[in-house]
Amino acid sequence: MKTILGRELPEYIDGYGEVKPFQGAFSDGGIKTRKAVKLISVLPSDLKVLGNLEEALDRLNIKDGMTISFHHHLRNGDHVLNMVVEGLAKRGVKDLTVAASSIFPIHEPLVGHIENGVVTGLVSNYISGPVAEAVSKGKLKKPAIMQTHGGRARAIESGDLHIDVAFLAAPTADTYGNINGVYGDAACGTLGYAISDAAYADKTIAITDNLVPFPACPIQISQVFVDYVVQVESIGDPGGIVSGTTKITKDPVALIIAKKAAEVIKASGLVKDGMSFQTGAGGTSLAVAAELRNIMLREGVVGSFASGGVTGQLVEMLEEGLFKTLLDVQCFDLKAINSYRNNSTHQAMSASMYGNPHTKGAVVNCLDIMILGATEIDTEFNVNVTTGSNGVIMGGSGGHSDTAAGSKLSIVVTNLMKSRLPIIKDQVTTITTPGESIDVVVTERGIAVNPRRADLIEKLRNTNLPLVTIDELKTMAEKITGVPKGVQALEKIVAVVEYRDGSVIDVVRQVKDVRSYGRD
Amino acid sequence: MGKSRRSMLFMPGNNPGMLQDAAILGADSIILDLEDAVSLTEKDSARILVRDAIKTIDYSQVEVVVRVNPLDTEFGPHDVDVIARVKPDTLLIPKANEEEIKLVDKMLDQIEIEEGHTPGSIKLIALIETALGLENVYCVIQASKRMVGVLLGGEDLTSDLGIARTKDGQEIFYARNKVATACRALKVDSIDTPFTDTNDFVGLAKDTAKAKSLGLTGKSAINPRQIEIIHSVFAPTEEELKHALRVLYAMEEAEKEGKGVCSLDGKMIDAPVINRAKTTVELGRSLGLIER
Repeated sequence: MKTILGRELPEYIDGYGEVKPFQGAFSDGGIKTRKAVKLISVLPSDLKVLGNLEEALDRLNIKDGMTISFHHHLRNGDHVLNMVVEGLAKRGVKDLTVAASSIFPIHEPLVGHIENGVVTGLVSNYISGPVAEAVSKGKLKKPAIMQTHGGRARAIESGDLHIDVAFLAAPTADTYGNINGVYGDAACGTLGYAISDAAYADKTIAITDNLVPFPACPIQISQVFVDYVVQVESIGDPGGIVSGTTKITKDPVALIIAKKAAEVIKASGLVKDGMSFQTGAGGTSLAVAAELRNIMLREGVVGSFASGGVTGQLVEMLEEGLFKTLLDVQCFDLKAINSYRNNSTHQAMSASMYGNPHTKGAVVNCLDIMILGATEIDTEFNVNVTTGSNGVIMGGSGGHSDTAAGSKLSIVVTNLMKSRLPIIKDQVTTITTPGESIDVVVTERGIAVNPRRADLIEKLRNTNLPLVTIDELKTMAEKITGVPKGVQALEKIVAVVEYRDGSVIDVVRQVKDVRSYGRD
Repeated sequence: MGKSRRSMLFMPGNNPGMLQDAAILGADSIILDLEDAVSLTEKDSARILVRDAIKTIDYSQVEVVVRVNPLDTEFGPHDVDVIARVKPDTLLIPKANEEEIKLVDKMLDQIEIEEGHTPGSIKLIALIETALGLENVYCVIQASKRMVGVLLGGEDLTSDLGIARTKDGQEIFYARNKVATACRALKVDSIDTPFTDTNDFVGLAKDTAKAKSLGLTGKSAINPRQIEIIHSVFAPTEEELKHALRVLYAMEEAEKEGKGVCSLDGKMIDAPVINRAKTTVELGRSLGLIER
């Protein structure tokens, strides 16, 4: 069985189930339903606050084979996932599926629990570090399911991903379960990825290190979704929460790429009043934003919104009046957290509102310009951000596929070569985002526009930008680097890469040469 | 190869990543350095690396200049012998004086014969960074027909003069004047010393403007982020742009009429004039001074 992109897939994957092959970015529209949620009424006499995590885990009655969920707003400072899984392991629970919106290096203890059978399934939008390596080595019993941010919300709301218990890391919670992320030692800002979990899990528990009297204002996640509240010493390390954030790169090559990308944006004609924009928090992406800022200032343009994971840089653009609103699913730094707390035009959004394709319109659909990264790109413009060139999992879509699909202009910015390896290949190791939703690839040595965008090619022809075909980019790189050997993979499928609509766009197979882990 | 030398970017010759990307950073010339940027223990490997880079990497968009080690060291002559064989555009000779330029010139004559290069094709730029070199700069330029420019080395010069180097640069005022005048007189490029604070872009612009006002034709850089500012200071004037556009128009008209040569205001337009006009117009466009 093949996807529309020509990837060969089995019809059934053990530990995953029947495979619905990817048939195109918008092939799965039409009428959809949300799943019904069972509720247990809380009476006026009921108390939600439990004594400690131990009591909470006893009360939740988690059994073998259940699915427990976590969100990643505390990023590489998160303590909650580890402490919960450890607690369940002590209780002898086995065969758990951990549905965490992202998994970071701090979650290394999960590897031990994968090895001892406590955790046998993973569902996530992004996996990096030791857990990613363990999955790549084939240690997880079932294939990991890699989703997109919007795809995860879709899966939860449709019932495709059933959560038995959602554990919400709450920087602040009150005694009746109202939660916000803007106060407390582990303040992380918005809590967009946790909202579907809270609303659709059979049981939801808030774990906080800042328990306050009712009501905690502002309320980001409401008491109506929360069964229990428990206080622990610390839910996260603020150092790890804001880590990975980011300054505009000083790397001259990245700055060249950013400048070219900004020129592409300008030439596209989209820089005008009411425009919208999103970029990641990587150094090159931030440099593109800085270039765009200059263009907007010079031309007196005021945009409608900037969105996504929000950084201090976007906050500055909001405060300068370059955008009227920020739509924020996740704050990346303290400046963003402060802004969200204090500025009413800095609006939180759920992952579902952000990117769920089966809603009455996700925010990504309103995006004009999206800046994306890539580990590999193929000559059909398919992008890999899931695995490294050695086939080892090192990330995942996150919002990549969602925003690429929704935006009017999706631009991949990347060095043509990384660590002496060419980025453009005949076939990417893993397809994360289909080429049909990628418009432009900007490198330091040339710019390739997807032939589907004849309109854009026409506009860019009237500039001095170095326009080339994607094949020419590939040749250019290979002239310097040579053609690398393909990844040697085993048969075993270690991860299933779902597109945002739940179809399978690719699979990741166990890597043959384990010695190359982490050295790509 | 670049058409002008507004900016010449120093790049360490022992860094493969930088050598790989050197051509795309926007500088008119790149100076692959075998001297100060390379420690004594890496002289051999850097020489091999630079040699192989010139052989394999496409540097067609920039002038490739290699700064060899001083000729009076054990490394200098070896650098010239190895690097000249892969035909860089230009060699930059540190601590230049008349005798050394003559010596290199002679070595290059021989190597070009042995390698079958066009005689005289490898050019020379003198790095003036001693009091002796500065006082003799006119003769240094005249020491070889290969000479296309002089680069003023402010750090070593002030060290040789026993004076402090300052951001303001008052102490190199005489040196800048001397180099600029000699170069103008002999119609070669005069390249200013680098501005060493790589995070002070306002200071860089000021320093570059000062060099330009004294008649220097370009500036060296030690960080790619300095290039854009250097270029903007050396941007063409409105008059230069108008003239360049007229040259290109005259050339196009001549081509349409099938003429091999053309003239403007009674003067013949030859290849260097056309090249300079193209460069000026390209620069004007990239800076948004003229519409596309």
